[in-house]
Formats: sequence, C-alpha cells, structure tokens
Amino acid sequence: MAVTMNQDLRRERASASFNPELLTHILDGSPENTRRRREIENLILNDPDFKHEDLNFLTRSQRYEVAVRKSATLVKKIREFGISDPDEIMWFKKLHMVNFVEPVGLNFSMFVPTLLNQGTAAQKEKWLLSAKGLQIIGTYAQTELGHGTHLRGLETTATYDPETQEFILNSPTVTSIKWWPGGLGKTSNHAIVLAQLYTQGKCYGLHAFIVPLREIGTHKPLPGITVGDIGPKFGYDEMDNGYLKMDHFRIPRENMLMKYAQVKPDGTYVKPVSNKLTYGTMVFIRSFLVGEAARSLAKACTIAIRYSAVRHQSEIKPGEPEPQILDFQTQQYKLFPLLATAYAFHFVGAYMKETYHRINEDIGHGDLSELPELHALTAGLKAFTSWTTNAAIEACRMACGGHGYSHCSGLPNIYVTFTPTCTFEGENTVMMLQTARFLMKSYDQVHAGKLVCGMVSYLNDLPSQRIQPQQVAVWPTVVDIDSPHSLTEAYRLRAARLVEIAAKNLQTEVSHRKSKEVAWNLTSVDLVRASEAHCHYVTVKLFSEQLLKIQDKPIQAVLRNLCLLYALYGISQKAGDFLQENILTDTQVTQVHQRIKELLTVIRPDAVTLVDAFDFQDVSLGSVLGRYDGNVYENLFEWAKTSPLNKAEVHESFYKHLKPLQSKL
Amino acid sequence: MGPGNKTAGGPRARMGSPARVSMGDAWSWRVHPDMESERRRPSFDVERLTNILDGGAENTALRRRVESIIHSDPEFSLKENYFMSQNEHYEAGVKKKFHLQMLARRLGWSEGSRELRYAFRAVTGDLALGLHHIFSKSLQSLGSEEQIAKWAPLCDQFRIIATYAQTELGHGTYLQGLETEATYDADTQEFVMHSPTLTATKWWPGDLGRSATHALVLAQLICSGARRGMHAFIVPIRSLQDHSLLPGVTAGDIGPKMDFEYIDNGFLQLDHVRIPRENMLSRFAQVLPDGTYVKLGTAQSNYLSMVVVRVGLLLDEINPLLEKACVIAIRYSVIRRQSRLRPSDPEAKVLDYQTQQHKLFPQLAAAYAFHFTGTSLRDFFQESYGAILDRDFSLLPELHALSSGLKALISEFCTQGAELCRRACGGHGYSKLSGLPSLVSRVTASCTYEGENTVLYLQVARFLLKSYLQAQASAGSASKTSLPRSVAYLTAPDLARCPAQRAADFLRPGLYTRAWAHVAVRLIRDSAHQLQTQMQSGAEEHEAWNQTTVIHLQAAKAHCYYVTVKSFAEALQRLDKEPAIQQALQRLCDLFALHGILSAAGDFLHDGFLSGAQVDMVRTAYLDLLFLIRKDAISLTDAFDFTDQCLNSALGCYDGNVYERLFYWAQKSPTNTQGNPAYQKYLRPLLQSWRSKL
Repeated sequence: MAVTMNQDLRRERASASFNPELLTHILDGSPENTRRRREIENLILNDPDFKHEDLNFLTRSQRYEVAVRKSATLVKKIREFGISDPDEIMWFKKLHMVNFVEPVGLNFSMFVPTLLNQGTAAQKEKWLLSAKGLQIIGTYAQTELGHGTHLRGLETTATYDPETQEFILNSPTVTSIKWWPGGLGKTSNHAIVLAQLYTQGKCYGLHAFIVPLREIGTHKPLPGITVGDIGPKFGYDEMDNGYLKMDHFRIPRENMLMKYAQVKPDGTYVKPVSNKLTYGTMVFIRSFLVGEAARSLAKACTIAIRYSAVRHQSEIKPGEPEPQILDFQTQQYKLFPLLATAYAFHFVGAYMKETYHRINEDIGHGDLSELPELHALTAGLKAFTSWTTNAAIEACRMACGGHGYSHCSGLPNIYVTFTPTCTFEGENTVMMLQTARFLMKSYDQVHAGKLVCGMVSYLNDLPSQRIQPQQVAVWPTVVDIDSPHSLTEAYRLRAARLVEIAAKNLQTEVSHRKSKEVAWNLTSVDLVRASEAHCHYVTVKLFSEQLLKIQDKPIQAVLRNLCLLYALYGISQKAGDFLQENILTDTQVTQVHQRIKELLTVIRPDAVTLVDAFDFQDVSLGSVLGRYDGNVYENLFEWAKTSPLNKAEVHESFYKHLKPLQSKL
Repeated sequence: MGPGNKTAGGPRARMGSPARVSMGDAWSWRVHPDMESERRRPSFDVERLTNILDGGAENTALRRRVESIIHSDPEFSLKENYFMSQNEHYEAGVKKKFHLQMLARRLGWSEGSRELRYAFRAVTGDLALGLHHIFSKSLQSLGSEEQIAKWAPLCDQFRIIATYAQTELGHGTYLQGLETEATYDADTQEFVMHSPTLTATKWWPGDLGRSATHALVLAQLICSGARRGMHAFIVPIRSLQDHSLLPGVTAGDIGPKMDFEYIDNGFLQLDHVRIPRENMLSRFAQVLPDGTYVKLGTAQSNYLSMVVVRVGLLLDEINPLLEKACVIAIRYSVIRRQSRLRPSDPEAKVLDYQTQQHKLFPQLAAAYAFHFTGTSLRDFFQESYGAILDRDFSLLPELHALSSGLKALISEFCTQGAELCRRACGGHGYSKLSGLPSLVSRVTASCTYEGENTVLYLQVARFLLKSYLQAQASAGSASKTSLPRSVAYLTAPDLARCPAQRAADFLRPGLYTRAWAHVAVRLIRDSAHQLQTQMQSGAEEHEAWNQTTVIHLQAAKAHCYYVTVKSFAEALQRLDKEPAIQQALQRLCDLFALHGILSAAGDFLHDGFLSGAQVDMVRTAYLDLLFLIRKDAISLTDAFDFTDQCLNSALGCYDGNVYERLFYWAQKSPTNTQGNPAYQKYLRPLLQSWRSKL
C-alpha cells in the first residue's frame, strides 16, 4: 500500500457530508454482510496461491491457463475455507476472478443448476456430486451457429432408438453446430445439450441431454464428437467458448433430464405437467444480471470519478492553477447521472433478488400466479439495465480521455466483459418485446374490464375511452420536480401513455392487415419504446421507495439528490415524450434542466465518497486510474515500464524491417 | 455464375457480377441464395454509385487496380490479424509498411498520391509509422521553406523515422497546459529540451515506443526569460546507427490498449537534451540567434497542423470504419434467419424485422451523410489551405470550427453506430472473426484522439457565440458584415412554427433543414442568454462559461447536425442526372434528418416549433422510410465496394456464406491447432485429485 494519499483525494474525502461506511452497509444489506464480505475478500487477497501476473500483458492462451489454474485453486480453497452460502461463494469468485471469467464457470452457473432443476432424483445422485466437486466438468450447450434466442429454431436432434434404449445426438447442418457455450472448447468433458427430441417418429420439441464429450483420463474428444474453441473475441480471453458438432453420437436413455418430460424405454413420450417452471431459472439468471449491471457500472464510475478528481486540466479562471476536471460542468454532467444510475440499478437488482426468493417460495407451495409478471419484468429490466450500463461504461471510459483507452485504466476490460450481457441470456430487443407482449396483454385485460395488478396496475387508471379531450384532466398534471414521488408519477404517466400508443398502433395495423404477426412487426419500434418506458418507471419507483427505508439523515439526503438526478436526467433525455404527452410544460422542462445543473453542484463535494461507498478493493477494480490512493501517474509509468514490450530497448523488428527500410530507400 | 468462374482474376469479375469469389475460398463458388435474391433487381446502378463515392469512374478503376495488387501479394494478407499477439501485430505492421514503401517506389506511387491512399484502404490501415506522415504534414504547415527543403527529403526517403509528440501524461487537449520546456541558450544557439516533471512525460504518440528516430516535440518556448507558448521542435531521439536511445532520452512503449496494437504508442522523457536553433519550426514564429522572438502568425496558426490531420481522418480513417460495420451487419442480417413473421412461413431474415431496420438503417444513413459532409469539408479545406499558408488567416477560424465540430460529431456517431452494428449481430458480433470488435475498438479511439470531443464541441460553441453576437450587432446597424458561410443561417429569417401538415411534408429537405436551423439557432440564442444572465448576476466570465457549458455543448451539437443535414441535402441536389441513385440516397438523407429529430424531439417541441401531432408525423414518415430503404439495403452497402479481404469478416463477405466461413476460421484458431497445456498442467491433476479421494 502506498504511504501517502493523493492530496486531492484526501481533500475530497474530508469534505463528505456523510459516513461512507454506513452507506456500504446499506448496499451490502447489513453491517454483518459487509463484515463477512470483507473477511472473505481478505482471505483471497492474502493468499499467495491467487497471485499472478497482470493479465493485460499475457497472450490469450496464457490467460486461459492462468484462469484454469485459478479455477482449480478456487475449488480447493472454497472447501478449505468452509464457504458454502451461495452469496458468499459469489463474493469469493467475484474477487478472485477480478473482472475476468472462468472456464469452469458454466459448470457451476448452468450445468449444476439445470441438473438440480430438471434432473430426477436418480440423475442427481449419479451426476451432482461429481459435478460439484469438478470430478466431471460440465457446460450448457444451447445456442447454435445459426440460431440464438428463438429456441424453437434450434436444429440439433436427439432421436430415440428403443432397440438399444439410446438417444442418437446429431448435428445435421453447419448451422446446427453448437456455438458459444463457455468452457466447451477446451475445458469441459460433459455438456447438457439442448436438442429437438424425436421419438416414435414424432418431434416433441426441445429437451436437455447430458452428453459426455471427452475421454476421462486423456481428455481427447470421443468418437463422433467434434469440439473446439470458437476463436478470439472482443473480451472473455480467458474463456474457451466452444463449438460442438455431433455425428450420430449415442447416449443412454438415462441421460435425458427427466424430472418433467420423460421418454419411456419403449419410446413413449410423457408430457411435463407445467412448462412455466422452466421460467424459474431464467428469472434467476436475469435478476442476477441486473445486479451485475449495477456492479459493473459502479466500478466504472469509481474509476472515472476518482481519476477526475486527480486529473487537472485546462483553466476555468486564467492565471489560476489547472482545476480538477471534476470541477468542469461538462464532466459532472457526464459522470454524475451515471453514478445515480449505478445506485438506481443497485436497488433494482436487490429488489429483484428479493422478489425472486419470495416467489420461489410461492412456487414451492405450488403458487405460480406471480411468475408471468416477474418473467416479463425481468426480461425487460435485463435489457433496460444492460443497454444503459453498456453505454454508461463507455461514457465513463471516454470521460477519462486518452488514458481510458489504455488497458491500465481497467475500463476496456470492464466494458468487453459486460457488453455480452446485451446479447446473451436473451437478446435485448427480443427481451423488450417479451415485456411488451405482457404489457399488451395487460392492456387488453383492462380493456375487457378486468383489473391488473403489480407494476402494471397503472393501466387500470387509463381512461377506457379517450375520445373527449377533457379526459386528459383525469391525470394529475402538476408535477413537483423536487419530489421523487411526484417524478415517479410523471414516469408512470409516460409509461401508461406509451403503452396505450403502442396498443392503439397495434390495433390499427391489425385492422389494416390480416396477420397479427405482421402487425406486431410493424409496431415493434413502438412496442420497444413502451417497454423501455415501463422499465424506466419501475426503476424510478424502486429508487424513490428505497429512500423511505433509510434511517440515517445525511445518507438519506445524499441518496435523495441522486434519486432526483436520476429521474430528472431521464426526463431531460426523453423530454420529447414528456412534452408531447403534456405531462410537463416547456417551462417545467427548462426548470428540469436548471435543477439538474444545481444538483451537479450539490453532489460534487460527495462524489468521491459516493464511489468509495461501493467499497471495491483496488485489485477488484484492476485500474491504475481508479486507485484508492490516487497516485495515478507514478503507477501509470511503472505499469508501462513492466510491459513485456519494453524488455529490450531495441526491438528485433528494427533489424528485420526498419533498418532495411532506411537503407534501401 | 458457377464453378467455372471461380477465379476472381480480371477487373471484369469485380464489376459487381455474382461470379465474385469471396476470400479466394474454393468451396465458396456460389453466392448464398438469400444474398443473391437481394441483388436480383437493384433499383439503381450500384456501379455508378460506387463511381460517385470514389469521385469518378477513373478513380474506381484505379482503386481496384491498386487493391488487386495489394490483395494478390501475400505480404499484405490480413488473415492472421485476429490471432496475433501485440508483439506480432507490431512486427506485422512494420513489415507491411516496409513492403508497401518498396512497392510504392517500384510502381512510382508518390507520397500523398491516390494510389497510396487506396493501398492504405486495402490494407485497412494496419501499418506502422503512420505518425511519420503526420510529422510530414506538420512540417509542411509549420516549417519554413528551408526547413522543408532540409527535412522533407529525409522523411520521404525514410532516412529518418519521425513522430509527432504532443500529449503528455498529465495533459491532453489543452495545449497551454503542456509542461515540456524548450529553453533557448543564446550562447550556444541551442534549445534545451526538458521534461521537468513526471506529468510532463510525452505519452501516447504513435511510433514513439520503439520505431521513431526523431520526434516533433511540442514544448513551451522560453527565450530571453519570457514564456512564449507552444512551439514545435525537431528532436533526434534514437541513434541512426544502432537505434539505441540518445543520451538524455528515455523512451518506451506505453503498454497494451483496446486496439492499435500494430502501433507502438510510446512515452518520452527529455533530460536537458540540446538541439540546434534551426530545429524549431519557424513558418509562423522565429527565435533569432540573439534570442529575440519574432511572431509571424496568429495564436491559432500552430493549430493548423491539427486541422490538416482532422480533415484527413474523417474520410480516410473514421467514416470507413462505420461504413464497414454497416456492410457487415446488413449483409449478415439478410443471411441470419430468426423466428417467424407468419406462422406458416420459414424463419424470417432478421433484416425484415422493423427493430433491426431501426437499429441499422440510421447508421447506414449516417455513413452516407458523413461521406458527403466530409467531402465538402475537404473541398473547403483545399480552397482555404493555400491562403493560410500565405499567412492570410481570415478563413482559419471557420475552418477550425468546422473541422473540430465535424470531427467530434462524426467520431461520436461512428463510434455509437459501429457498436450498434456489432450488437445487432447478436452473439456473433462479439467474435473477433466478425471483424466488428476491431472496428469498434479502433473507431472509439477517435472520440478522444486529435482533440477530445467535448473540448472540441466547446471550441465550436465559442465560435458560434461570437458569430451570434456579431449577427446581433449587425442586425441593428446599417452595414451588414457578412458571417462565415457555415453560420450564415444565424441571420436568415426564422419560422416560429413548422408548416408541415402531413407526414409527407417531412420528406422535403428544405423543410427539415430549416427545422434543424431553427433548433440550432434557438439553442445558440439560449446559450448566449444563459451566459449573459450568469454574468449579470455577478459571476466572472470564466465561471459563467463553466456554469453554462452543458447548453453550449447542446448548441454546438445541434449546429453540427444542421451542417451535416444541409451538406448531405445539397450534395444530393447535384445528383439530378442520376435520378435512381438520387432517390435512394434521398431516403437516407431524409432518414438521417428525421432520426435526429426524433432523438432530440424535446428540443423541437420545446418552444412549440413542432407540435405533438407533427412529431407523430415525423415518426410515421420515419417508419415508412425504413420500409422503403429495406429493398435497397444490400445495394447501398455493396456500393461502398470494400473487398472481402479488407472487410476481413466471417459475417460480412460478399457471397453471404456466413456459417461455413465462421466454422472454417474458428478451426484455424491457434487455440485449436496448438494443443492445450492447461489441461496437462491443471485440469488433469484436478480431475485426478478427486478421483483418488472417491
């Protein structure tokens, strides 16, 4: 640890209006959680087995190797340290991987949970223990070269042969090759493969099968299995995302996961009771991803805001020393709304996790009533938060100027590791349209005279016939831009209007054309807009409700300002919607712009402390620019000097190419 | 078409005929039927549009000649690009540069010739020593005639390798903040070049880390005890004999970045390094032997070389990256099929989804808009450059503002657009083999290099404010001083309300150009008023400026958008002899303007210029345009005429054989051809350690 803290950061921390430790407790859920998280973090930080070279200086193949080594160490350490709570395992992994991904990750995040949810008792007994202990390493193979989010389009087949009681797994075309699964290329020796089930001459749709891929002992692909790495990517260098081609590969009947659907030895297909249950896993993963969005953005904000307090540039007043760039209004305008967003998404993520656990208990009692709404909401929120976060991380990176482009900033890595969230686990546009489908359904229900509940209950207030202009007066048009509650109402109004517009446009298209699908496609831009408005409303609502739960006055005050900034900034970005729907007047919009600038000034003295409260360890940020002690330039120089490219003063290419160039011309 | 045509030899085969074979892959003799159907009935002559983009059919022919020379030479192959380490990239960049220079000499391609520009395009710019040419350009604009006579030949013959060192570890776009010093010593008639602090270390210049022998160093001139601001000095840094660093010089590579791995961006510390007086570039300022400082230009003349660089970047580097991203994403989107539009149909091409069109077509429209806007900026630059070199600076402020603003706008949109294209390809856009990650990570650098965008926008804002005040002053007086061309609209009569009555009215360039002018003028006016209000309430001018920069930024952006819409629309008017092409491009121009209006609808609704009903009309017109552009989409991307080699994308090849190529390329990855040491070292023991316990 450096002895001295950068003077600017010292001053920033001294000027804070609240105690960051208390805010950290709120973010972790309780002081006890904070304590335990730090305890686990220190286990790793003090463990020499987890030390390794800076990954930025390694080739892809070296990075993969480091990741595999760490995964292997991890499995041993989790046992050694006696960590078993899923949340704790997650903290443990987060820190030890440090923005990087692990090749055996899918074994724990997909292979084991799928086995748990969809396997029979016998299957669990056979596979679970060995998978948990990495005796076998499993992955989850769903996406194909030519097919993604639209599951019904998958081409891989599993044909039942009653003679031998086996399934024949086959990849009939180039487009049916499994493509992308993490850990599939080099690491895993088993996969859960999603395939179209054929038995007794009939296709029964997608089912899951456990397929052995590599020979135990030699790790060579089994006959009939073609498996490999899909090549270099934007990020995820440590991960061997893979391809899998199966050529009439036979597995025993018992390898089909049969908790719900079954194939009897004679080939008879037995249908599952409910297909809603598979929603459970998806809901879990998507709500986890919302939390990930918040964490990634929080890291990016920490780096950009600390660096902006250390960096001096230009002048505000001539003759005076160069100011901290965080004092420029444009820099505050770039970063503070993103900081507010990071807090907003944190609370959304926490809410979703909580809801998931609550609903999971209901499911345990056989109550599936809330599942459709939760499914629709998680789809949209996953898309909404990941799109926003994606752009926001980039904005943080660019706010660091040229140095943000260097891997020393850590920001390129955060970005490339996060950005797949927009396309995996359901491509975002498709997710938004799923939410829209639920919104349209709810709208139709209200029109049919039924009441809807949950987050869409605002649709109940929609005047059923909006022919008379005076109906507009039904809505409260007096928005108090200083009240989170009143701003939530404004967002609620916007969501209601945009849902209604989309619904009406959809009806118009349906009345013009025969096919409902064509009408849906021709309204889809409006539908996505409606979903976005809905998710935006939910986010503002959850953030503003969170304020009521906070006891500590100074923290409540600072979070209230962030909440206001989040809501007002959103209004200024989407001013067109609020003006067009007469939710706000143009005078109010001018006031919104003004108020935002005031809030920037108010938040400014607390900015560094607000990112400190996220409580990321330096090693977990992986950034020279975002160091807690602020000694940026010295360490930037040291970092560059250790780059392997500087090992020789004269690079060999000088003799090979440059010298001849100078002499031959 | 057919197997008989599979060698793509002569230029005939390249004239857009379906016989074009992608990447010389023998298995790919046939264009994918989904791609072929897109090209079956083009609504315009694609070849003709290519000629227009190239600036004439003879240019197209020349470009293709150069491309076929480059692509037939294995030294320039890009096939290994996605599999190389940083070191290998750098070496390949140097090697290609070397071969290109040899080739240029053999074929008589001179520095700055079209041939070399086309060659640069064909090798996708992955060449080392790019800064060498920036040094040359700076020398031409800032050097005296004697200096040019001395250094230009050394440079052209590569007897020296030079770079341009401006940015420092602690200082970027704000030039006055640079700390490196050049102190004149009249006794020896030398400058003493020195980095007084760690933050004064030059940081980022390309080719500096390992290649350059000389650097043009921007430093604070101190002579006769007075600080004279930034000037440029030629400093030798490496031995011309053995390439070792000269005494007093510390230099090296700054480490791994998002991209530009073939460039050795470097750092440089100077410890009282002495250079002769003649090494200060002295077209606009001189230090006489006795230390007297003589100024020959304006304060802005040192910025000239930055203007030169920015103008060149737009058309040669930044916009082509967006164009390529559009080509790849749009071609892939007619091959990729996903879900069904009607239950009875096969899965639909993803480009038939409105949401996909909404993602991609605005990017395509922007790429065309920037091509035409960039071209008119270049014309304006060429018109005014000569005068500036002759020390007539009257056009420099406008040129500076236009080039800064358009650099900021174009780099911002190209970056967002390329990333949108990448994500529009779903998971496959994340694979480097799609070509898109490299385009994105390369174009995104343009938002911060050659002037950070926010700073550039604010420079434009100052120019706008000045012009606005000038317009206000002349409005009252009888003598009308004329405003620079690009801001003449500040004095044009303004409409309070948009006259459009139907969606179709928004397809009139005159109407939407005026709408953009209206919003820009309003924002400029508001920003002037806010600044005044701040100052009237007692704030100092500088503080008042800082407290109003958000609105200045908005005003500058609106102005730049207006300039782009206007020059795109004007360029299309000149295409009246090509009605089919004009119609196809007009839709893109309309789309660009209307997409901008919808994105900033609040600004248009704000003062009632557009009514809510009119915004709905804009939305209707916009969605209808998506549908109309759909059928031209592939032709419009084909017209950019990028070779498959230069796209280097498994998703974006001309023949549309996406999946086969992706599978084929992945198998060649070193991860599949070079064994798996990690298994032997870690996985095996891990698996066995459990086995022994069970």
